Amino acid sequence: MRNPNEIVADALTAIRSCADLPALEQVKAVYLGKSGQLTELLKSLGAMPADERKTAGARINEAKQAVETALKARRDDLQQAELDRQLAAETLDVSLPGRGLSHGGLHPVSRTLTRIQALFRSIGFEVATGPEIETDFYNFTALNIPEDHPARAMHDTFYLQTEGLLRTHTSPVQVRYMQTNPPPLRIIAPGRVYRCDSDVTHTPMFHQVEGLWVDESVSFADLKGVLADFMRNFFERDDLPVRFRPSFFPFTEPSAEMDIGCVMCGGEGCRVCSHTGWLEVLGCGMVHPNVFKHVEIDTERFVGFAFGLGVERLAMLRYGVDDLRLFFENDLRFLKKFN
Amino acid sequence: MQFPESWLRNLVNPALDTAQLAHVVTMAGLEVEAMAPVAPPFNNVLVAEILSAEKHPDADRLRVCQVDVGEAHPVTIVCGAPNAAAGLKVPCARPGARLPGIEIKVAKVRGVESFGMLCSTKELGLEGAAEGLMVLAADAPVGADFRSWLNLDDTLITLKLTPNRADCLSMQGLAREVGAITGAPTRLPHISDAPVQIQDSLPVQVVASEACPLYLGRVVRGINAQAPTPLWMAERLERSGIRPLLAPVDITNYVLLELGQPMHAFSLPRLEGGIEVRLAHAGERLALLNGQTAELAPDMLVIADASGPVALAGIMGGLPTSVEAETADVFLEAAFFAPAAIAGRARRLGLSTDSSHRFERGVDFGASRQAMERATELLLDICGGQAGPITEVAAALPARAPITLRLARLKRVVGIEMDADQVERGLLALGAQVERQADQFVVTPPSFRFDLAIEEDLIEEAVRLYGYDNIPAQPPAAPSRMLPQDETVLADDVIRQKMVDLDYQEVITYSFVDPAWESGLDADARPLLLANPIASQLSAMRTTLWGGMLETLRHNLNRQQERVRIFEMGRVYASLTEQPMKLGGLAYGDVQPEQWGAAAQRTDFFDIKGDLERLFGHALDTRRGTHPALHPGQSAELWVDGKAVGWLGTLHPRLVQTFDLPGAPVLFEIDSTVLARRSVPRHASLSRFPLVRRDLAFVLDVNIPAGDLLSALREAALPQVQSIEVFDDYRGKGVPENQKSLAIRVVMQDTQRTLTDQEVDDAVQKLVDTALNQCNASLRT
Repeated sequence: MRNPNEIVADALTAIRSCADLPALEQVKAVYLGKSGQLTELLKSLGAMPADERKTAGARINEAKQAVETALKARRDDLQQAELDRQLAAETLDVSLPGRGLSHGGLHPVSRTLTRIQALFRSIGFEVATGPEIETDFYNFTALNIPEDHPARAMHDTFYLQTEGLLRTHTSPVQVRYMQTNPPPLRIIAPGRVYRCDSDVTHTPMFHQVEGLWVDESVSFADLKGVLADFMRNFFERDDLPVRFRPSFFPFTEPSAEMDIGCVMCGGEGCRVCSHTGWLEVLGCGMVHPNVFKHVEIDTERFVGFAFGLGVERLAMLRYGVDDLRLFFENDLRFLKKFN
Repeated sequence: MQFPESWLRNLVNPALDTAQLAHVVTMAGLEVEAMAPVAPPFNNVLVAEILSAEKHPDADRLRVCQVDVGEAHPVTIVCGAPNAAAGLKVPCARPGARLPGIEIKVAKVRGVESFGMLCSTKELGLEGAAEGLMVLAADAPVGADFRSWLNLDDTLITLKLTPNRADCLSMQGLAREVGAITGAPTRLPHISDAPVQIQDSLPVQVVASEACPLYLGRVVRGINAQAPTPLWMAERLERSGIRPLLAPVDITNYVLLELGQPMHAFSLPRLEGGIEVRLAHAGERLALLNGQTAELAPDMLVIADASGPVALAGIMGGLPTSVEAETADVFLEAAFFAPAAIAGRARRLGLSTDSSHRFERGVDFGASRQAMERATELLLDICGGQAGPITEVAAALPARAPITLRLARLKRVVGIEMDADQVERGLLALGAQVERQADQFVVTPPSFRFDLAIEEDLIEEAVRLYGYDNIPAQPPAAPSRMLPQDETVLADDVIRQKMVDLDYQEVITYSFVDPAWESGLDADARPLLLANPIASQLSAMRTTLWGGMLETLRHNLNRQQERVRIFEMGRVYASLTEQPMKLGGLAYGDVQPEQWGAAAQRTDFFDIKGDLERLFGHALDTRRGTHPALHPGQSAELWVDGKAVGWLGTLHPRLVQTFDLPGAPVLFEIDSTVLARRSVPRHASLSRFPLVRRDLAFVLDVNIPAGDLLSALREAALPQVQSIEVFDDYRGKGVPENQKSLAIRVVMQDTQRTLTDQEVDDAVQKLVDTALNQCNASLRT
């Protein structure tokens, strides 16, 4: 019988020299396969005398185990090396950009409108809409602006050749909404409005948000409260100064203009606020009884306030846009700054 | 309205500096729009007289002047102004004076020592440009400080008055208001009746007495219209934005500014017969003072004489009867024309005058007689002459009905309790009569307030004088009701956000477009047209969003943007009652932005159709159709729930040229209310049994749309069929010419049991038969 230790020594040398898994499997066959050297040795035990058989068997099994252990260790090593190679080969430059579509973005006016709506919805205002080609009744008469009233001159109105006009403000939505919805009600009405005016600070089309709150007990103090709250939240400035000045709108009485402290210069005075430190941002007031009369709301039972704000103006102040006309040129380089 | 601060201070002088005064007035509702000093800062400028002006010995253009500056001896000043001449009175800056941008020193000019500078208006900063020295009035006091002589330490204040405050369109009204706001005493002009020295008068007949409830007229004879307008008056006129012309005209303008009563002076000899106030007759015309000839309409009030209209009442006088330098006899008019009789007429004639501005808003009829006396007094003072008696024709003037102001209502509207005494004091200061009762006031407004008619008007006055800033800003208390959230409608915001997520940039384009875009996109389009567009290329109300989007594409391509994907959500306009909201999209250039990891591929029809399917889920049905703006072979009508709701397609090659584009974009437009509709999901139990898939390839005519085959198959499918989808469209080798092979995957499943081979085969056979019968499509072998 060949010395098992010699066979083990040969086997270990062969295992160490294996470069890959198939080679290792071949070595395993040479020593442990059906007619492998150690297998043959075991087969030869039967021919041995019984007293020798036990010792020899034990030696052969030890040798077998030694070879198996070495085989496993080598197999593990080779598998690990293989995996390492694979991983190395599959390594990406993760700094390269991702694949696929880009993303678009909202127009800054939409973005601002969305923000305004979210703030008012958070205190229970619903969104209402109305047509942009309006009748004289909804745009003027129902809002207490009779024909030839000087206030009509403040609205440079576009008229259609056939009938109707382009609404000069979002206030007609107030009337339309109140005609079909009984108070109490709380709405905002965003949308496009039109005035025939076009220069550096005016575009013939722009956006307004109208607001209306009608209930049994809303007051001028509430109006101030809601609008101050809105401006401070819109600009995210808890210390934003606000002030209300008497003004005139035919559809509110008392009427007010609201100013905020200039957000560009902090009230120091700059070009944007014409060096006054204040910016006029909206008109508001308590709903005029004549407006309620047109929609048959009992003025003794209900009180209301209304306001109208210019969306482009707020967008310009919020995002530092210095030219109104940029909003309607739709230059993608401008629009993408808001994505 | 513009006026000099000094004039106001003359009538009411609260202990506030200019800035404080402006603030107080603004916060009371009279918004100060602008303030500007009358003159920039300068000092040491005197009124001087040029005694002699000799040519400079060494310079042709310079003169050496001897100038009297009010000192013991004349001083020598070298001057380059072309109009420097002996006898002129001019402003003179002495050595040490600081003018805007220059400091004056004793200097040698070409060898002659000069002790100061004679000034032009430009050098003093009074005007932007000047031809030569500023020439002062002949009676200017030599040696006087120029600044104080011309009252230059003054501020021009411009108010942005709201149309309800006509009463503040005069210095008297403004002073009264400032007095009420600040509590300062007012010193309103004292007006005494002018002496009546002649008995001449002109008969006045008011036919339209509702439009003209008060007419005052007076003859003044023997005036010198060429008498110089006094400096103080000219200065106040100029600083209020009115150019002095001729003394009688300046006087009526001055009274307009001072008392708010527009007046008119007619040349008496030019009037034929008496005065008649009536509505214009159709076809009458009048040559106006500004040179324009007005075609009068029958709702326009005129002042007429025997020959016809001589003035457009309350708006502008007529040219033939206007006062000229030679006029010696005048007829003065001070009337009250009802706002409704004047409003809008001036605008219709393209006019806006100081007079119409005031009459449209309301002139104080209680002060018309005062104004007549004031004008007469000034006329006699300045131009001499003798006044006749006032002829007055009066009818029913606007009534000032008492208004009840309930303190409880005041509290309810304002939100806080206001001190009743304070409210009363405020109303009194405004000139109202106030009767105090237990819990309310009965208030009769003064004649000059046309804006106080109902309780709310008084509430505004009370709060205004109390100060809006003194009302607390309180968060309102209201019942906490949740807002409805309709799950079957997608909010516009959500649709917009979906478009953004699909890589579209939102744009907002004008609702009015170039009519050429509209007719280019659809020759049959009949857009609504504006009667008064801002420009002809903004005169048609859009009937599609595509015009604006194509223009946006062109604009951006011109700015080197190569990939443009945009959308707009907005209305299109069919009529007064039909203005549907649409979602429009446009994609041009590569599908994906240029990137390392994907090959560039141009956007085509199916890329955008895929975007729409992502927006709609599976509800979208596309049918072949032709639209005038789209490529006839690459356009589809979009259908949802059996209704046509929009279009998708590649821009027609003809329009690619019209819009000057380098290639064709893919466009869509769809009714956004349909897009917003969706159903609330409802769960049905999931099948635990295996799916069976069968792939079928049909060969059919290329002209039969895949959609036709699919809908035929879906319609005919047995209940075990769950879905039928196309996964390949092959034409070419192996398929006969003019035929195509469509590969269809059929998925079958039953919720209750495993399908038998027979059931599967039956279902497939049904589909194969249907394909053959309805689309002449045979199984590919």
